[in-house]
Amino acid sequence: MTETRKIEMTVNGVRHQLEIETRVTLADCLRHHLGLTGTHLGCEHGVCGACTILVDGQAARSCLMLAVQADGAAIATVEGLAGDDGTLHPLQQAFHDNHGLQCGFCTPGMLMTLVEFLESNPDPSETEVREALSGNLCRCTGYQGIVAAALDAAQRMRAQAVGLS
Amino acid sequence: MKPPPFHYHDPRSLDQALALLASRDNAKLLAGGQSLMPMLNMRFAQPDDIIDLNRIEELSFVRHTEGGRIEIGAMTRQRELADAAVIHDRCPLMCEALRHVGHRATRNRGTIGGSLCHLDPAAELPVVAMALDATVHVQSRRGARTLAMAEFPAFYMTPAIEPDEIVTKISFEPWPAGHGAAFVEFARRHGDFAVVAVAVLLELGGDGAIHRASVVLGGVGPGPLRCAAVEAAVTGSRGGSAFQEAAATCGEIDAMEDVHASSAYRRHLAEVLTHRALDTAFTRAGGERAS
Repeated sequence: MTETRKIEMTVNGVRHQLEIETRVTLADCLRHHLGLTGTHLGCEHGVCGACTILVDGQAARSCLMLAVQADGAAIATVEGLAGDDGTLHPLQQAFHDNHGLQCGFCTPGMLMTLVEFLESNPDPSETEVREALSGNLCRCTGYQGIVAAALDAAQRMRAQAVGLS
Repeated sequence: MKPPPFHYHDPRSLDQALALLASRDNAKLLAGGQSLMPMLNMRFAQPDDIIDLNRIEELSFVRHTEGGRIEIGAMTRQRELADAAVIHDRCPLMCEALRHVGHRATRNRGTIGGSLCHLDPAAELPVVAMALDATVHVQSRRGARTLAMAEFPAFYMTPAIEPDEIVTKISFEPWPAGHGAAFVEFARRHGDFAVVAVAVLLELGGDGAIHRASVVLGGVGPGPLRCAAVEAAVTGSRGGSAFQEAAATCGEIDAMEDVHASSAYRRHLAEVLTHRALDTAFTRAGGERAS
């Protein structure tokens, strides 16, 4: 029994049309069907947060959605963060500068979780950052560098916003 | 870990969903997917049909009715609830509890109907619904009916609804302005299911004494546990030592034991957290503690 459906979605601004088995998760669709392997799969049951992406601007676990549920949606993944010329997103730069990653496995989920969080809370306290990241597991860093990077990025993004206005 | 094969349906109306559900023997309703998707990925659940409710717009709403009740559509996402002005203004208990429900990324998808029907013993929203004496509205092709939240849990992780029924909304009468609410829980990590959680609602009379109380524990038994003994013990009191004595009755409850905690530890947590929640709710109600 293989049941497929035709779906259409926008990923990082690029429109994709594909025919996909209905039981395939959105995470596997991104990785296997679209070749976007920046989204990582750790636990595949919603605990580790590594596969976090944005669906219509809201953070979601891509292992807990079916690809067919994203039909018509706008998806953002870690591949879309840096500029076309390779300039890192301020959050990525802050992770680099603050040693916010070691093995890098959890990083895409950390970044996408923080993108949404910093949008709604541009000036968070350390406690708020830790609470926001409580759904993302990192087994290397002990979180210190990640929290420092998030706070640093928030400051950079605020400065950038002031510069633009 | 991949979901087993199934037939996927995404009806656009409740009627279509009810017709599908009535015609399939081994179907599962997919709400926010934050519990069912893990069970599919791990193949704990192997339904023949998945009926996805996410495209049924009529099931997603938060309303304040003319009769003064609050109605929440079953497919209303936890994130939408936390952002809803009427919940913020009239039901601070739910707002406080929602902060403990998973993480932002799971609240963006998870729904109130899904939380209630999954009925995890330590889930926050069933505790809140019980504390509010909410009514659960269910529908099938045979008709609509309502259940009191107190009757909703049949047993462990199983709601008292038939296989062809869908929970469509919950409704409740908000407590009057000025009431005190507190939701307190202990979890190993923020966002985890609670080891023990407690919801408290208090309303004071003109004399400053408590004249109505609702106290419900989560995480101690198969479903939310109403603590009638605590409610009785605090009613008529003005806090202080009465709260300590009331909370001490939690030492009598039949708490479950699992890999996370022993029953003795759960009883201890129930007592401590209930005491804290009573104090907080009383202060929020503007109560002045007796000596």
